[in-house]
Amino acid sequence: MSAYILRRLLYAIPILIGVNLLTFVLFFVVNSPDDMARMHLGEKRVTAEAVAAWKADHGYDRPMLYNAEAEGLGRLTETIFFDKSVRLFVFDFGSSDDGRDIGRDIAQRMWPSLAIALPVLLVGLAFNISYALFIVFFRATYVDLASVVLLVTMMSISGLFYIIGGQFLLGKLFQLVPISGYDSGLAGLKFLVLPVIVGVIGGIGAGTRWYRTLFLEEIGRDYVRTARAKGLGERLVLFRHVLRNALIPILTGVVVVLPLLFMGSLITESFFAIPGLGSYTIDAISNQDFAIVRSMVFLGAVLYILGLILTDISYTLADPRVRLQ
Amino acid sequence: MPMVDKAARWRVLWRGIRVVSVMSLLIAGLVACDDRPWNDPYPRDTATSNTLYSSFGERPKHLDPARSYTVNENTFIAQIYEPPLQYHFLHRPYQLIPLALAEMPRVRFYDAAGEPLPDDAPAAAIARSEYELHVRPGTRYQPHPALARDAEGAPRYLDLEPGALAGIDTLGDFAEHGTRELVAADFAYQIKRLAAPWLHSPINGVMGEHILGFAALGERLEAADPEQARARVALLRDTEFEGVEVLDRYRLRITLEGKYPQFSYWLAMPFFAPMPWEAEAFYAQPGMRERNLMLDWYPVGTGPYMLTENNPNLRMVLERNPNFHGERYPDSGMPGDRAAGILDDAGAPLPFIDRVVYSLEKESIPRWNKFLQGYYDFSGISSDAFDQAVRVDASGRPMLTETLEARGVELMTAVEPTIFFMGFNMLDPVIGGEGQRARLLRRAISIAVDMEEFISIFLNGRGVVAQSPLPPGIFGHRTGEAGINPFVYRWEAGRAVRRSLDEARTLMVQAGYPGGRDRDTGRALTLNYEAVATGPDDRARLNWLRKQFAKLGIELVIRSTDYNRFQDKIRNGTGQIFFWGWNADYPDPENFLFLLYGPNGRVEHQGENSVNYTNPEFDRLFERMRNLEDGPERQALIDRMVEIARTDAPWIWGFHPRAFSLYHRWYHNAYPNQMANNTLKYRRIDPALRAELRRAWNQPVLWPLGAAAAVLLALLLPAWWLVRRRERSRAL
Amino acid sequence: MPLMPVVLWTDALLYLLLALLGGFAWHAARHEHLRAPWRRVARSRIGVVTLVVLGCYLLVAVLDSVHLRLRLADQSGATSAETRYSPEVLSLLDLALAGLRSQSEKTYSAPFATHLYVKEAIELPDGRVLRDYPRLVHGGAHLDDPAARGLDILWRGLLGALLGLALWGAILFALSAALARRRGITPALMRARIKAGRTEVPWRAALLTLASILALGGAVALLAGHYHVLGTDKVGEDVLYQALKSVRTGLLIGTLTTLVMLPAALLLGIMAGYFRGWVDDLIQYLYTTLNAIPGVLLIAAAVLMLQVYMSNHAEDFASLVERADLRLLFLCLILGVTSWTGLCRLLRGETLKLRESDYVQAASALGVGHFTIIGRHILPNVMHIVLITLVLDFSGLVLAEAVLSYVNIGVDPTMNSWGNMINGARLELAREPVVWWSLSAAFVFMFTLVLAANLFADVVRDAFDPRLRGAA
Repeated sequence: MSAYILRRLLYAIPILIGVNLLTFVLFFVVNSPDDMARMHLGEKRVTAEAVAAWKADHGYDRPMLYNAEAEGLGRLTETIFFDKSVRLFVFDFGSSDDGRDIGRDIAQRMWPSLAIALPVLLVGLAFNISYALFIVFFRATYVDLASVVLLVTMMSISGLFYIIGGQFLLGKLFQLVPISGYDSGLAGLKFLVLPVIVGVIGGIGAGTRWYRTLFLEEIGRDYVRTARAKGLGERLVLFRHVLRNALIPILTGVVVVLPLLFMGSLITESFFAIPGLGSYTIDAISNQDFAIVRSMVFLGAVLYILGLILTDISYTLADPRVRLQ
Repeated sequence: MPMVDKAARWRVLWRGIRVVSVMSLLIAGLVACDDRPWNDPYPRDTATSNTLYSSFGERPKHLDPARSYTVNENTFIAQIYEPPLQYHFLHRPYQLIPLALAEMPRVRFYDAAGEPLPDDAPAAAIARSEYELHVRPGTRYQPHPALARDAEGAPRYLDLEPGALAGIDTLGDFAEHGTRELVAADFAYQIKRLAAPWLHSPINGVMGEHILGFAALGERLEAADPEQARARVALLRDTEFEGVEVLDRYRLRITLEGKYPQFSYWLAMPFFAPMPWEAEAFYAQPGMRERNLMLDWYPVGTGPYMLTENNPNLRMVLERNPNFHGERYPDSGMPGDRAAGILDDAGAPLPFIDRVVYSLEKESIPRWNKFLQGYYDFSGISSDAFDQAVRVDASGRPMLTETLEARGVELMTAVEPTIFFMGFNMLDPVIGGEGQRARLLRRAISIAVDMEEFISIFLNGRGVVAQSPLPPGIFGHRTGEAGINPFVYRWEAGRAVRRSLDEARTLMVQAGYPGGRDRDTGRALTLNYEAVATGPDDRARLNWLRKQFAKLGIELVIRSTDYNRFQDKIRNGTGQIFFWGWNADYPDPENFLFLLYGPNGRVEHQGENSVNYTNPEFDRLFERMRNLEDGPERQALIDRMVEIARTDAPWIWGFHPRAFSLYHRWYHNAYPNQMANNTLKYRRIDPALRAELRRAWNQPVLWPLGAAAAVLLALLLPAWWLVRRRERSRAL
Repeated sequence: MPLMPVVLWTDALLYLLLALLGGFAWHAARHEHLRAPWRRVARSRIGVVTLVVLGCYLLVAVLDSVHLRLRLADQSGATSAETRYSPEVLSLLDLALAGLRSQSEKTYSAPFATHLYVKEAIELPDGRVLRDYPRLVHGGAHLDDPAARGLDILWRGLLGALLGLALWGAILFALSAALARRRGITPALMRARIKAGRTEVPWRAALLTLASILALGGAVALLAGHYHVLGTDKVGEDVLYQALKSVRTGLLIGTLTTLVMLPAALLLGIMAGYFRGWVDDLIQYLYTTLNAIPGVLLIAAAVLMLQVYMSNHAEDFASLVERADLRLLFLCLILGVTSWTGLCRLLRGETLKLRESDYVQAASALGVGHFTIIGRHILPNVMHIVLITLVLDFSGLVLAEAVLSYVNIGVDPTMNSWGNMINGARLELAREPVVWWSLSAAFVFMFTLVLAANLFADVVRDAFDPRLRGAA
């Protein structure tokens, strides 16, 4: 098993290089170093000299991927790409283009993101699975049809409106919780209530529908029919067989998103003024802070790969028949 | 089903109910252990303190006065740094008064031979002008570790051992903070910083044209080794240059080439605020940068406030500077100010407020709602919250809505020294150039694009239609019939009336585009509009614009792109029609008319003349006008320049926005001042009243909790019943 | 010629898609094993009801996909004899809705309103200025007394509904006649069967759906000439027109995305599963790398790249419609790039399984070439996965468009789309009094489509997935 994990970790390196290269190319086609310099220097009274000086200062005055003027290996190493991406592999993110240390910011902003995402995941999971079981119990009746209509309705509503509606109802009308904001520790608890509720409600539509499909697939299998033929009650069939067997796809679906919880959510964090990594990324994109974007994409890729590895491991734990090779 | 089973189930259910109720009681107890409203977003002990609450949407990039040039950065640093001059809080037209100086600078002119000239000498004869600055003695910096000294009087933290920074994350973690007196050399040091190429000061280029030897200084400093941050500080400190001379401890002389009357306005901006060299030497030490300890994040000033908490991810906190030299509330204002109560605090020591908390708030809707709940003390009005806040009465005067009036909110409005306009790229073969055909076309479009409608739809009427480049309140702006643009408006019954579409269509015929089709080729006229689509409102805006051009039969093609590409197009002169704005640096007509000055052209000279307009007569008049004092001669020149610009119509003059701001009744001394940023020190609040009102306004409404529980139960019980019934029917 | 046809890129692709569908239908009709699942779809009540709804959407989209430029009237004194066409590109739908398109007000007006939604300074004849709600230019302009509009609306609505039902009656008769002829019974008997619901295909449900759609459509059509049925937006454009124009955008994003990603996903997925070894490694590497980058970032970068390209080649995109169209196509492409990986993985798994099956093993033992095996044995056996993915993805993509518009990387801001309408409406919600109709219109139109597509997808999956067959 450990050999397998090691191999998967090694396998991650070319993927990370690929991700980095792609981010690099995409970002630079859109934002040339000149654009970045202008963005950071402001709008008024910017001269060509100032732009050149900024680029030289931040190391953007070299060729992008291949330095024809350098000698030997320097042709590859004396480039922006090499310069900016090698250090990422030891998680040294350097400083953002406006001079703040990225590693510090990430370490600080990771927790608020997690404080929202984890409760949303857990509560959502519990609710969605119970509801899906309920629907499946009544499959092919009007309860089923009505529930599907309800779920699709909930899916069709943009997440934004859950947020605005939640803030309006709970924050403005009933004045039960602060409309937006964040604080660390216990004092932050009251800030979390609203985003978590909104997050759970917003996820019901897609989540429950997905579990319903999963259970329906499971119910069509032979063993369920056998169990039913033995005269087991419908509820026992559902809980003892369907749910237990559907746990594997549920589990792996959860495990794969676990690491990505750190990355936070984009709109929720903006609207609730939560200083998490989601809003960090969006700010960086709108400010064209390439150093941050690159670091966040890299981090996201690492976490994604981590999720894949965890999924494989959880497979073996959940189902002894699967062997990792 | 056996009874035992049933009883067990009830036990489980009962246990569940007990756990849930205990937990909710716990949470409720946690929230309600004091009598504060449940939705109070601030920590407990701050409710009644003398603290002002505000917000910031975007984290400031630079708090270094040499670099900062945006409004949201100025919100902070204008309270911390004190430049030599400031604008009087109440006097209009805007008047400069000393801030860090003991008196206004003395200006002397000299000719090429170095002989002194009288004050009224013609600008052409003046070769140099000298500004002598007298620093106010006894001014001290805010407490800062860079200024701390040990028992022997040597700097405490300027030569730190490697590893001495362990456990230090913010400035507050340093044990000792010191101060020292402000001296003239600090101003000189800051001016040299403006020239330093590694600091990328935005006014480096402008100052290079005016301060003697400034550009050469920049080139000399170029040699500094970027790896040696501390050596750079020493080099900057030791380098002398002819433009700035420290005469003694409190006196400083700045020498300019030629005459540049607008220089005094620059002296009122944070760019010229004093900077102690110790601070830079302190931050230049290894390990500081990695901890975000740098001048961009931790300013060192002499002003009324200092930044004590700097967490751009959450909140920024300003606190009263204990070393502040003291200043008094102005005791004179404009007529009517005394009656309005704005002079009630005359002569009182500044600042009034102890602490200011700026919280991160990214979206406008939550910010607005928190203002309504009393958690922000003042607020602007976004376009869509406008109807909730303000209604306009029959005479067009804005009034607060009843809800806001009941809460005692007050409204303050002021026309901003800003212009937004639609520019025609004068280098474009169709729409630009000096030909009569294009000129008539531009004038026809100017009539067709109904700016009044734009202001009413998109700005809720919060703007004034611009008749010329000069906003109200700037010298040279004319009101009434003399002020209208005769090519677009007629003066009728005491007000300006937009000329009719028929007149515009006639102009189109004269220009050779009857009905929007080129008479020579028969082809329909298609124009391009360069747009940057960024928000949900843009779609409506773009559709509106297309409707305006369609009135003349012109098809407007929206070329929407990202901000960078848009800038590129303007820089290269490949755009056709675009929206642009300018916010005054200082209240002088030169700062607006230079947007049309030929040698300022964007494409050829990288200047701020974004439409690349050139008219030799305009340029000649501009060169004369900029060096004149305000007076009839200057007014006459400006009138002629405006007339030329209106004739050529390189812009659709657009509008001057009107700023609406709201504040709660516990917030005092709000007064519109569009030039000064350092007005925080004048504000006063009544925290006791605020705490009381906040409590009254934010009583939690509890019935929804019960209702939600009831609804949940009402949903669960039938479900349970359904399940049972179905099971039974299956079993049968 | 009075008009010049214009074929946009997405039009061409839509025609291609329709042609493919037609070809597939023709092919399937002649093969029993392909017909069987479709027959199951056609026998499901939900299946036919949703099909009718989807058909109506498709009709609107197709009408909106035939583009043309009208000829300009000859100009007096024009020096050139050449015919000139208007630069404005219109679709058949635009022509049909010409009234709605041109009847714009100044700003917001509520559904069926006769007055503007905001007060304005109105100059009275005697020179005084009054602030009040002014009358609309078009909405309810035929009424002398705005207070009487209730009756007027009712009357016109009823008339419209009756006209709609009359049309429905004609369809009913034609259909029953055709069906009766095929079965060799009298039309009256056929109608009785339909009425009693005793037909294999649930015609009654389909016809009832059609009846309600036609009655509603008739009422709206008659009312729309005199009122803004769904109100007007911030700059006074008719919301009903916008919502109808958005149908094409939503439908195209939902279908073209899958169409453009299909070749890559099919080829790579099957190759990875069939050849295994380094081919599999390479393809897996490709999709893991693509998946590891957050989709939003990838889409944002691609859309920005397109903008760079367009501003560098500005002269190639003379008209607004062409620019918007290219952006739509590009969005479909890039959404395809981010979503093909899921299908690719599914296909790979299925191919891995099929490869081990007896008949493939036998074929390969007989020395049949790889590509023949793939074409003969593997491709037909994975098609049901493709189909299921296609219908399942459809609604997700329609919804994704709305989300992308929020981050400003959706379709062109000048293009009509539900995402753009919803995005614009988020500020309207904060207004007081609230402007609800833009949002509601977009939501209802989008919701109907998504709901129909979702229900249809369930039916299709049940019909095609062999594992689910026979399950409860």
